[in-house]
Amino acid sequence: MECKIVSLHSTHEPPLLEVKNLVKQFGNLTANDHINLHIQGSRIHALLGENGAGKSTLVKMVYGALQPTSGEILWQGERVIVDSPARARELGIGMVFQHFSLFEALTVAENISLALPANLREGNLEQRISELSHDYGLTLQPDALVADLSVGQRQRIEIVRCLLQQPRLLIMDEPTAVLTPQEAQSLFTTLQRLTSEGCAVLYISHRLEEVKQICHGATILRHGKIVASVDPQIETAASLAQMMVGAEVHAVSHGTVAASGQPLIIAEQFSQAADTPFGVDLKAVNLQVRAGEILAIAGVAGNGQSELFAALSGEQTNNKPQAINMCGQACGHLGITQRRRIGAAFIPEERMGHSAVANFSLSDNIILSRHSLRDNHDQQSLVGRSGTINYTLARDINMHIGKVYDVRKGQPDPEAGSLSGGNLQKFVMGRELDRRPKVLVVNQPTWGVDAGAAALIRQALIDLARSGSALIVISQDLDEIFELADQIAVISRGYLSPAQPAQSLSAEQIGLLMAGAHETSTQAQTL
Amino acid sequence: MSAKIILEKRHNASPMMRYLSPLLAIGLTVIAGGLIFLAMGQPPLKALYLYFIDPLTSIWSLQELVVKASPLILIGCGLAVAFRANIWNIGAEGQLLIGALFGSSIPILFGDWQSPLALVCMLLLGALGGALFGAIPALLKNRFRVNEILTSLMLVYVAQLLLDWMVRGPWRDPHGYNFPKSVSFEGWHQLPIIIGNGRVHMGIILVILAVVILYWMMTKTIKGFEIRVIGGAPRAGAFAGFSQTRMVWFCLLLSGALAGLAGIIEVAGPVGQLQPSISPNYGFTAIIVAFLGRLNSIGVMMAGLLLAVSYLGGEGVQIELGISDKTTHVFQGMLLFFILMCDTLIYYRLRLLSSMPKLTQGGSLP
Repeated sequence: MECKIVSLHSTHEPPLLEVKNLVKQFGNLTANDHINLHIQGSRIHALLGENGAGKSTLVKMVYGALQPTSGEILWQGERVIVDSPARARELGIGMVFQHFSLFEALTVAENISLALPANLREGNLEQRISELSHDYGLTLQPDALVADLSVGQRQRIEIVRCLLQQPRLLIMDEPTAVLTPQEAQSLFTTLQRLTSEGCAVLYISHRLEEVKQICHGATILRHGKIVASVDPQIETAASLAQMMVGAEVHAVSHGTVAASGQPLIIAEQFSQAADTPFGVDLKAVNLQVRAGEILAIAGVAGNGQSELFAALSGEQTNNKPQAINMCGQACGHLGITQRRRIGAAFIPEERMGHSAVANFSLSDNIILSRHSLRDNHDQQSLVGRSGTINYTLARDINMHIGKVYDVRKGQPDPEAGSLSGGNLQKFVMGRELDRRPKVLVVNQPTWGVDAGAAALIRQALIDLARSGSALIVISQDLDEIFELADQIAVISRGYLSPAQPAQSLSAEQIGLLMAGAHETSTQAQTL
Repeated sequence: MSAKIILEKRHNASPMMRYLSPLLAIGLTVIAGGLIFLAMGQPPLKALYLYFIDPLTSIWSLQELVVKASPLILIGCGLAVAFRANIWNIGAEGQLLIGALFGSSIPILFGDWQSPLALVCMLLLGALGGALFGAIPALLKNRFRVNEILTSLMLVYVAQLLLDWMVRGPWRDPHGYNFPKSVSFEGWHQLPIIIGNGRVHMGIILVILAVVILYWMMTKTIKGFEIRVIGGAPRAGAFAGFSQTRMVWFCLLLSGALAGLAGIIEVAGPVGQLQPSISPNYGFTAIIVAFLGRLNSIGVMMAGLLLAVSYLGGEGVQIELGISDKTTHVFQGMLLFFILMCDTLIYYRLRLLSSMPKLTQGGSLP
């Protein structure tokens, strides 16, 4: 491949990519402030920073999706203007995004073919895909339907799609956020293989341990400026985190576990068939969470987490009222609004388009989940008796949440889509936690969120539990689970293992449960 | 070397262009229309003047403009609400005809009942008929997941044949020399004229009322919020507790009722009786009106007046220059084409892709 040729050249070549004094302004906000960066071939370079630090802005400029306000980009020593992603791909820059855009009803090969320029589509594409994926240890069946694939396999499609265009620089935006530990390890092998051929990788991640494991260099951004360029091998995860947030990251404090109170969430033998052909059936789920407790549900993505969330939130109702009980009330048959009225709150995994509408202002997004509730501060209602919306109140609540939960934004009431992932998650958390709900169900609370914001969010969840609420946290992050949980259960193919006290479980035991060790016993119970 | 053109999403589409797009479309329609007149051997400037300006120069034609715009606006603002929620009611023409049939049952079956109440009943029945006819695609969509575009469109033909059969059969005027027409509506079975002895009738008040109420609903109420959420982000709609099923009912019943109301206003107003043709495709033209008006009822009002000009202009050039009044359809078609084109090009850019291998010059696969 082309990469091999590059690696033969001597090392005093100009850097593969050089960024000089790059500035990007959005209105008054300087998202990138005089950024300088060198990237050499054959190296994995990490880009670290809190959400909103300017990492995405920087890589989007390199990939041609955004244009810099000033400054220049040099590619192999020559000044270039990257005016579109197509131009970036021509130069040899590929990017794997955090969110994939794949057609579920098409095969792997069809999806790849759709995204390739015509000249690369010719010939036996299926064969090239299987050869390439075999070479790089990215096992992929070209004729498999995307709908049947796990998130990790879907990510491989995106990587293979990039590799077919022979990139010299591969940008990866939080690639391991959606992967299991095993999948992440095999991704690292692939990346090492790529760098051994001369290709460079620009790697965005929040997982400091893996940055230490695989990266040769790291640049740390804070508030749009570079604060440090370090060798991650000689730093500790704690020192990296400290540079990112500019202060010691507070270890989450558990506080005293309250004597277990009344059960506030109960599900008994809850079963529900999936409503889409690609969904997972929930099978005889039993769970009970008492006031003051956090139940964490671990599991590999796609094992029924979204279905369980829909069932608990009431987005999907059940015809048996007794199947789910919240705050002492049978509510299997109640919709999400009615469950909110009895004191429950819900936070889905996907921020854009599920817990928030991207092209609505933040104050409109306040209305989204709180239109049928009274504001707990002064008992005002967002919607009057005649159905008219009190926009002033919505704006006030938004300002309040912005302050309390440190939502960083360029203007008081911007569109939700203009916020970075972590800031939007803080907003969504704030919107629900501000109600002081008796019951909270949250799916992946810190997915794609930086260390500082994640600590803030986890502390807020623990504080809520200690104040006497019952929480269910669905997460794929084992560190997060051990940090938060009083009880742990594992979901696998729609079965939920019996909950056990967090202290009594090790990561290995949870790993076994994730692989489905408990299913046989649960099945036996249902028979 | 072969080349192809692809559409590529723009990263920051200009919000101002979204509002300029209708004006651009109108400009392009005028230019293309002028070229068509030229090709037909007509003086283009004179023809364009007759088409677009002449209808605005006399009191009579201005009144006629309001009469023609009324049904377009009434139907258009109902469709705008449905389209906002991503519910595609294409069958307003059928709902209009059924509304006309329902409302006409009072003068035809109870001809002796002369009272303002009779008129109110006619209007209510008209709206009811349209709503019931709109309920059919709603039921099919919610129960069997049938696409409402197909069902609502096909039901238009059912409505047209039903109306045709009624005025030739059961509801034909027995003293009408076998013409396929019902009895003429008299007294309180007709909408009172509000300006002197012209043609502008009470219906215009209902139109203005509908525009104001729907504008208020969309911008100030939780219902409007719900419509915007469901149309823009369906999963966020479910998270907010809004029901997609109820939204389908709401939008098809509302847009159906307004189309039905427009139907009874037509027969109780300018037409004056039931006959096989009571609408020059108002129900279809209103789709153009809704898009040209940016799916917003104030915009729909302006777009309705413009499309009304196209009807009058078509008649104008027919009388003055002897060109077929099918010109109206040509102009309306061009307008819809240009507005959709402008909208597309605002959100996407055209890119020419040549198939010359540019990327592989440096190397090839192993």
